[in-house]
Amino acid sequence: MPPVNTDFMPQDGSNDWRDAAHSTGTSIMASEFDGGVVIGADSRTTTGAYIANRVSDKLTRVTDHIYCCRSGSAADTEAIADIVGYHLNFHGMELGEEPSVEVGAAIFKELCYNYRDSLMAGILVAGWDKKKGGQIYSIPIGGMCVRQEVSIGGSGSSYVYGYMDANYKPKMSKEDCVKFVTNTLALAMSRDGSSGGVIRLGIITEEGIERRVVLGNELPKFYEG
Amino acid sequence: MSYVLCPEIPEPGFSFENCKRNALLESKGFTTPKAIKTGTTIVGIVYKDGVILGADTRATEDTTVADKNCEKIHFLAPNMYCCGAGTAADTEMTTQMVAAQLELHKLYTNREARVATANQLLKQYLFSYQGYIGAALILGGVDIEGPHLHMIYPHGSSVDLPYATMGSGSLAAISVFELGWKPEMGEEEGIQLVRNAIAAGIFNDLGSGSNVDVCIIRKGVVDYRRTYDEANKKGVRQGSYKFPRGATAVLSTKVVDVEEVSVTPVEAERMDVAAF
Repeated sequence: MPPVNTDFMPQDGSNDWRDAAHSTGTSIMASEFDGGVVIGADSRTTTGAYIANRVSDKLTRVTDHIYCCRSGSAADTEAIADIVGYHLNFHGMELGEEPSVEVGAAIFKELCYNYRDSLMAGILVAGWDKKKGGQIYSIPIGGMCVRQEVSIGGSGSSYVYGYMDANYKPKMSKEDCVKFVTNTLALAMSRDGSSGGVIRLGIITEEGIERRVVLGNELPKFYEG
Repeated sequence: MSYVLCPEIPEPGFSFENCKRNALLESKGFTTPKAIKTGTTIVGIVYKDGVILGADTRATEDTTVADKNCEKIHFLAPNMYCCGAGTAADTEMTTQMVAAQLELHKLYTNREARVATANQLLKQYLFSYQGYIGAALILGGVDIEGPHLHMIYPHGSSVDLPYATMGSGSLAAISVFELGWKPEMGEEEGIQLVRNAIAAGIFNDLGSGSNVDVCIIRKGVVDYRRTYDEANKKGVRQGSYKFPRGATAVLSTKVVDVEEVSVTPVEAERMDVAAF
């Protein structure tokens, strides 16, 4: 009898921490308001059942006025965001002005669609430009691209579609929108095991981005049974 | 099979010949040998004046300890080091290749390479191999922007953190950090915390063991302390277990004459070296 029982571990070395893809089982959200967009995400990154990072930042800068909320494989979404960031930086220099959010979303879509068989990425592209103001483009797993006034994504989103539909109002004030996004994410995080930690927020307006964090002990409380 | 008209051009498309052969070999009980994986504890922290990296020194091959004192803290650049967990060959070759690229980058730009550059080179390389290069890395260094610590996964994702642990002993090590890490720690306090985190891995994880290696990177000075601590030193024997002469009582004595053996030397013959 061995001193340690290792029966629960696969002995062929399959599906251990090395092989399990590092993925963001996530709750992400973006919502338009009067003057810009609010983006938000939880901060949990998991490797199987282990929380590999409890303070992740899934709101990634693409340009000063375009950000993306990442869900799916961390490696895939980081690589895509880096490539789009490169293209938009180059495009911005050729154009002589800030790239539009629409163009940003189109580059994301192009990559996500062309490499749809090898990627696992669900991305919300959000930002502000002077042509169309605050915009959100949802790019789910197959590489579709559609503009939405409000959008949620990640594994936690399925719990809060009803809440989102019931509470979204067009042309909200900035603080109302921040409250709406915070509440929706808090509800998603409390029901989804692979979401949690803190809420990271970004408010993108003509002035650029304003970052906020809602700590674990500051999360809005709802029915906890 | 080649074409009849131009025999040097091989058949287009994939060849699955070896897949069939491998399946046949496997069915006959021959499994392909596995690479050495360093079941490991590697850690890193940011402290007041820079970063401190730590690693155990056990390399395993299945359940066998393949190397009792290996180096897991690899050189990248004079201001950057990188701890490696996962497949030993992959961490070694990946860090060597990036070290070469960083040196060329330094020569080309006439500037000290940044940690962010090394991070980007490593993650783009690992991403292009889609996780097949089994290198899980903790990259630490000090550059013009200050101290940096990155954790890079085999699939090519990375995070920037103030303290990080990786490898099979990462769970034991992170609990030490979650309890003891503070912003702006002093150097001695930081080294002690890193030692404790590695020790936690050595004692609680079967894949980690032997000694503690520590590497302290400050601005402009690197202090690589190989075998900083032997976490479990072999005890020194306190007394002698030798029996003193005459401890066993002699009950009886009998002397037997050994038959004399004669040796007859045989003359060696000359070797026949005559040509045919």
